[in-house]
Amino acid sequence: MKIAVCIKQVPARDWQPRPNDSKTWIVDRDAGFEMNEPDAYALEEALRLKEKHGGEVVVCSAGPARVAQVIREALARGADRAIHVEDDGLASADAFVVADALASVMKDENFDVVLTGLQSDDQGFGQTGVVLAERLGRPHATIVMEVQVVERTLRVKRELEGGWFQWVAMPLPAVLTIQSGINQLRYATLKGIMAAKKKEIRKAPAPAGLMMRQKIVSLSVPEKTKKTRIITGSPAEAAKELVRLLREDARVI
Amino acid sequence: MILVVAEQRDGILNRATWETVAAAQQLADGSADRSIAIAILGSNTATAAKELAAAGAKDVQAVIVVDHAALELYTPDGYVAVLESLVADLKPSRVLLPHTYQTRDFAPMLAARLGRALVTDVMRMKTAGGDTVFVRPMFQGKLTADVSPQGPTPHLVTFQIGAFRGDQVTKGASPTPVRAMTVTLDAAAIREKPEPPFREARQAVDLSQAERIVAVGRGIKGQEHLPVAEKLAAALDAELAASRPICDAGWLPMERQVGSSGQTVAPKLYLALGISGAIQHLVGMKGARTIVAINKDPDAPMFEVADYGIVGDLFEIVPAMVSELTKT
Ligand SMILES: Cc1cc2nc3c(=O)[nH]c(=O)nc-3n(C[C@H](O)[C@H](O)[C@H](O)COP(=O)(O)OP(=O)(O)OC[C@H]3O[C@@H](n4cnc5c(N)ncnc54)[C@H](O)[C@@H]3O)c2cc1C
Ligand SMILES: Nc1ncnc2c1ncn2[C@@H]1O[C@H](COP(=O)(O)O)[C@@H](O)[C@H]1O
Repeated sequence: MKIAVCIKQVPARDWQPRPNDSKTWIVDRDAGFEMNEPDAYALEEALRLKEKHGGEVVVCSAGPARVAQVIREALARGADRAIHVEDDGLASADAFVVADALASVMKDENFDVVLTGLQSDDQGFGQTGVVLAERLGRPHATIVMEVQVVERTLRVKRELEGGWFQWVAMPLPAVLTIQSGINQLRYATLKGIMAAKKKEIRKAPAPAGLMMRQKIVSLSVPEKTKKTRIITGSPAEAAKELVRLLREDARVI
Repeated sequence: MILVVAEQRDGILNRATWETVAAAQQLADGSADRSIAIAILGSNTATAAKELAAAGAKDVQAVIVVDHAALELYTPDGYVAVLESLVADLKPSRVLLPHTYQTRDFAPMLAARLGRALVTDVMRMKTAGGDTVFVRPMFQGKLTADVSPQGPTPHLVTFQIGAFRGDQVTKGASPTPVRAMTVTLDAAAIREKPEPPFREARQAVDLSQAERIVAVGRGIKGQEHLPVAEKLAAALDAELAASRPICDAGWLPMERQVGSSGQTVAPKLYLALGISGAIQHLVGMKGARTIVAINKDPDAPMFEVADYGIVGDLFEIVPAMVSELTKT
């Protein structure tokens, strides 16, 4: 089975982004970067599918040169090769542009299954996987928590709200967007890291003339709307005061 | 015209539909063409359609019902085929939907099929000089962006659950006319074969009844540190709960997860330890009477909903709370 997994590099979770002077994007010079969380689960699911059904796992990533870091990490965890659509503009591009950029290098590969994360931690569109499915002319399912392959049919468990689930079947080839928690992640071994050095990373330019469908007019730090009573002092003082307030002010304990 | 796409399951209207109608009324207010239509798709939609019509919501000209056996269970192919022809027929300027798991599944496909912009997870709108920008979270709620959809209309917009209030829909005296619309839908062309939704076996822990909850997030760092929170829960006679990543990692069972994909709770006291406050977590606990946030990041969105907050290291503060609570 030929499996693709789309991986986005995003700023690290514990980093506080700041808008740039024109407020159209962030200043990311001092940012650390990491693999988008659900994409790590998508990669793990791809590796498990390969272990069960054979084939290869190909990492597809769109972004500036720096995304090579997450590509290497994915190869170290066991992916076989990678395709990198390299362009500085892709870091802040919308889901349509990214899906078109990815589709341009993926359509001739004829993947049986394409896995993406359900949502990116930075832009959070929740669109790219589904738009990509449409561009590749494939059926899709989103927010997937289990994947079964029987011959040329996929049967997947979709998460719905509030503890509900649903099984959906569809023919291969197909695109799935993976939810965090679908499996338990493996980490790269030293052997994997060494092996990754020899794996192929094909670079491709972004196709010309892609059109953004949404424009960030202004980026800002959210305004505080609620008056939170912030308790200060040493840990012991703050803890004592909080317990007092919960007893005497809120009367909840 | 603004087209609102209602959501129903088993003929029961999703409350988020009313929130989207409220957003549509806000957009209609002040635009030249104030008309709104609500579309509802399914195979047994009479009751839901009646409920939509009965409100006689202001500016809503029609409730459009598309009833078809092939729409009994939701599929992206079925919904997109119908909505594509509805959009061609009605030529709306905007298509508005609630940001639910279902619209996450088909709205990007519809937008791609139509070649139109889709702005997701919108919290507010701002209109200035005839232009409307849509405000949405980015970077896990650490920033917000004013976004302007580009290219030809209709623009598609999904609204964050809870961002608008369904009970603030302006209602009218007479019911809205209901219009049935027939579509040609080839059931065989629907590639996805859905099975009926189900719930996992009954859960052993029912957090919805808990009076007090101590909830841990990724700030707890590792499973071996859980006793720190457990001691506080014991001292407060509280249930232990968690954010999703804690359950994903298997540190606590799924049934202790609070949020959009977990339980919805409304305790007297909700104490969030090292939880950032992503919207999918907040929707599950916003209804708590008193919310306390303990987080080392003063900008954590959790402080936005908290009544009391301590900015600091939970590993210092929580043990100090336990000793204060157990002092006799
Ligand atoms: C479709 C969908 C459904 C989802 N459903 C849910 C759901 O039901 N429930 C849910 O919770 N999430 C859900 N999520 C995930 C959600 O978006 C967030 O990713 C998640 O809630 C983040 O969990 P967290 O706050 O524990 O982790 P993080 O966001 O990583 O936050 C950790 C926090 O701990 C703080 N911290 C770190 N160290 C310390 C310390 N020593 N002392 C004090 N504070 C510290 C940090 O400052 C940070 O604020 C869903 C996401 C999607 C896309
Ligand atoms: N630049 C990118 N490169 C590779 N995959 C991406 C990229 N952007 C988004 N994706 C994939 O699409 C998913 C959804 O992203 P988004 O639509 O931005 O929320 C992510 O989880 C990734 O799997």
